[in-house]
Amino acid sequence: MGSYALHRTASAVATLAAASVVIFFFMHLVPGDPLYVLLGDTATPDQVDALRAKFGLDQPIVVQYFRWLANVARGDFGTSIFFQAPVARVIRDGAETSILLASITMIWITLIGVPVGVIAAMRHGSWLDQSLSGVAMLLASIPTFWVGLYLILVFAAWLGWLPSSGYPSIFEQGGLANLHYLLLPSLTLAAPNAALILRLTRASMLDVAREDYVRTARAKGIRPMRVIFRHILRNALLAVVSAFGFTFAALISEAVVTETVFALPGIGQLVVQSILRRDYPVIQGIILVTVVLYLVVNLLVDLSYRFLDPRVELQ
Amino acid sequence: MSGGLRSQLVPFARRPIASLGLVVLVCIVAAAVLAPLIAPYDPSRIEPIARLQPPNAAHWFGTDQFGRDIFSRVVYGSRLALLIGVGVVSFALITGVPAGVLSALFPRFGRVMMRVIDVLMAFPALLLALSLIVILGRGVSNAILAIGVVYLTTTSRITYGLALRLRTETYVEAANSMGAGAVWTIRKHILPNLISPLLVQASFVFAFAQLSAASLDFLGLGAPPEIPSWGNMLAEGRIFITRAPWLLFFPGLSIAITAFSLNLVGDALRDRVDPRFREMLSGNRR
Amino acid sequence: MLYVSDLSVSIGTRADFTDIVSSVSFEIGKGEILGLVGESGCGKSMTSLAVMGLLPEGGPWVRTGRAELAGFDVIHLPPYRRVESGHGGIAMIFQEPMSSLNPVMKIGEQIEEAIRVHERLSGDALTRKARELLELVRIPDAALQLGAYPHQLSGGMRQRVMIAIALACRPQVLIADEPTTALDVTVQTQILSLLRELCDSMGLAILFITHDLGVVAQLVDRVAVMYAGRIVETAAVAQMFERPAHPYTEALMSCLPDPARFSRRLTTIPGQAAKPGQVKQGCEFAPRCRQAVEICVADAVPYAQLSHDHRALCRFPLVEPRP
Repeated sequence: MGSYALHRTASAVATLAAASVVIFFFMHLVPGDPLYVLLGDTATPDQVDALRAKFGLDQPIVVQYFRWLANVARGDFGTSIFFQAPVARVIRDGAETSILLASITMIWITLIGVPVGVIAAMRHGSWLDQSLSGVAMLLASIPTFWVGLYLILVFAAWLGWLPSSGYPSIFEQGGLANLHYLLLPSLTLAAPNAALILRLTRASMLDVAREDYVRTARAKGIRPMRVIFRHILRNALLAVVSAFGFTFAALISEAVVTETVFALPGIGQLVVQSILRRDYPVIQGIILVTVVLYLVVNLLVDLSYRFLDPRVELQ
Repeated sequence: MSGGLRSQLVPFARRPIASLGLVVLVCIVAAAVLAPLIAPYDPSRIEPIARLQPPNAAHWFGTDQFGRDIFSRVVYGSRLALLIGVGVVSFALITGVPAGVLSALFPRFGRVMMRVIDVLMAFPALLLALSLIVILGRGVSNAILAIGVVYLTTTSRITYGLALRLRTETYVEAANSMGAGAVWTIRKHILPNLISPLLVQASFVFAFAQLSAASLDFLGLGAPPEIPSWGNMLAEGRIFITRAPWLLFFPGLSIAITAFSLNLVGDALRDRVDPRFREMLSGNRR
Repeated sequence: MLYVSDLSVSIGTRADFTDIVSSVSFEIGKGEILGLVGESGCGKSMTSLAVMGLLPEGGPWVRTGRAELAGFDVIHLPPYRRVESGHGGIAMIFQEPMSSLNPVMKIGEQIEEAIRVHERLSGDALTRKARELLELVRIPDAALQLGAYPHQLSGGMRQRVMIAIALACRPQVLIADEPTTALDVTVQTQILSLLRELCDSMGLAILFITHDLGVVAQLVDRVAVMYAGRIVETAAVAQMFERPAHPYTEALMSCLPDPARFSRRLTTIPGQAAKPGQVKQGCEFAPRCRQAVEICVADAVPYAQLSHDHRALCRFPLVEPRP
């Protein structure tokens, strides 16, 4: 570890700091007086004065930034105009759904994308490979909400097997009883990303298969299966792992739409509704949380590289 | 060195599916340009009597809840789709390419520039676009700008990587040792070699722009309702999905076909690109 | 040991093919080193890959010929099948030691993997055997290096590891495809002497492929010269350098800079080396040959057996046949 990890972490922190400045300024870029932006149009003069003092809005902008940063560090993201509750709590309420949705989706993506990609690569050139690649490209091109809507039509409306929307918390009934509410949404969300992982796995495996050391492995007399798994796949996965960070970002983006389609009470739907309701503190809070999460995930993926690829020592 | 536009057609010679993609794209462009001639009805014409009709002889794709002919709306929707695509790609290229090339040639500027890009890339794609929409407001041009900013990040990163590789190519060093200046180097050595990879990138960006714009429209944050847009049609038709499933089918299919064709074309073009550059083009944001 | 006869490797389909290796025959006996010499593109590597059974799927294929190891023809079997049928006695080392080793696997694991294919060993015995092999190829600190990764070793060490892996396969024949081309000259000499030693002590038969005539002079017992996919001359190494029989071989020899005549211009062979399949009729070398006549271009060329171990593919060999 050591130097590489340090270097990379420092880089992530620097990016986060810069991003935080941008997020801070978000409030000031939004049309309208920031005070009314924060409080909504129905604010009373007393509330306005109180807020002005609290945020020190008569102070230089730099001081305001650090005040805001200090608040954020304490977990105070401001107050939601719509909910009249701390933004942090509002976000936390939606987090359970979104995190669960994201996790299940990641499982689908990994379980479907990687093995199918391996199979396609093994049967390179066959009709199976070509049709799988074609389907993958198709799935990556289709708007997810369109697929989602039709899944609702088929499985919820016509067949009645699955609920069409909403998600009562699993903590209500205990256990995993309500997970089936997340089945359609997670499949919808997983489809295009699994397709991308499939294509990436396949391409990566085909590239690695051309390497000299695979030829050496064959020359040793090792059986084909072992060559595929121990030599080809093992090296091909390096490229796939690095795609997970970016897949995570794609998930966050698309979850916004998917949660809207399926009316899931998650952060994605919260963001959209907050935009429509002009609940700026919530929007800002969600962006902040998302960016932090994304940077952390990317950092972890990068650091994990050190374990996966012994050649990685320094930059 | 990569050739001009003509040579870009070579990869389609042997690949029927990719050629199909190209043909489809040409059809879509034709539909957009010839919309007034092709569409049998005015896309905004409301006819309450004929509302929610399934596809029939008079209305090939059926009618929506206001009695508007869906086929005509889909045809006119291609205009917006193309506009968004061209707008986003242009913006991404005009801002991203110079940023990338200059960053590669002038390392100090490059470090700063790439940091800025890093910060932008810390925001997941749709969220970044949404944030910009919040600040700028809704509308087609704002949507183009917002999505354009998202894809200028990947474009500039890719251009940066390509230009860096090219800069260290031996022939560039040879040219420099003969006294070639920066502008000359850019014009003669770097830009021509960027055409192929950037064409690939443009195809993919065009495709993803469609999906991003459709998402924005669907959320009600993109094009205003008066403009026929495939995404808007999906948003409006959503509540009627059980009663009138055809409302969603054709607009969604149009988006899918457009994006798919662009992906096919991009793939075919990518196989033609120098293998060293190919790996840089595979990652893309959505 | 190894007896290759009439080997042809082709590209294209069965109906419409082009030979990139044409009717190649040679044999290597126990404890003998045969050098396979020729310019780039003449088909040396293809020949070795074919003999090893490593021709890539969907690429060039063996059209005719046999490769007999102890009487058993293995030409159509990939290495793992050869091992299964008990005839896995050919091993191979390659040109680029860096890319020929799996970058994410430790050296020890890669050697052990090879051992396990051919022997029933496990645990400590396996590790010990791996260490012994490393010591055999004279890698210092063998026990330590077992846990190293390829990128931590120098080029020469990596090539030694490759040789160790090859030896783990308990070969009777070793094919070495330009193993020293990517290495420094000093390291090269060490590797060559290692190979010679192994050959002498283990009775290995080695097929040594190279385009470097200097290496040939140092290491090899007999030479086969390839041109445009064919073997044009086979001879003992001394014979080849002093009295070559084929015009191409003679031309090659004359290209060698002679330290005695330092100031003279370097000789070249006019024209460009013919690609396999390029010349459709007659002798492939005829266009560049100083003594070619019409019949050389018109008719297929017969082999001339000049002595018990000297053959040339020429109608007018430069050396008289000896009974």
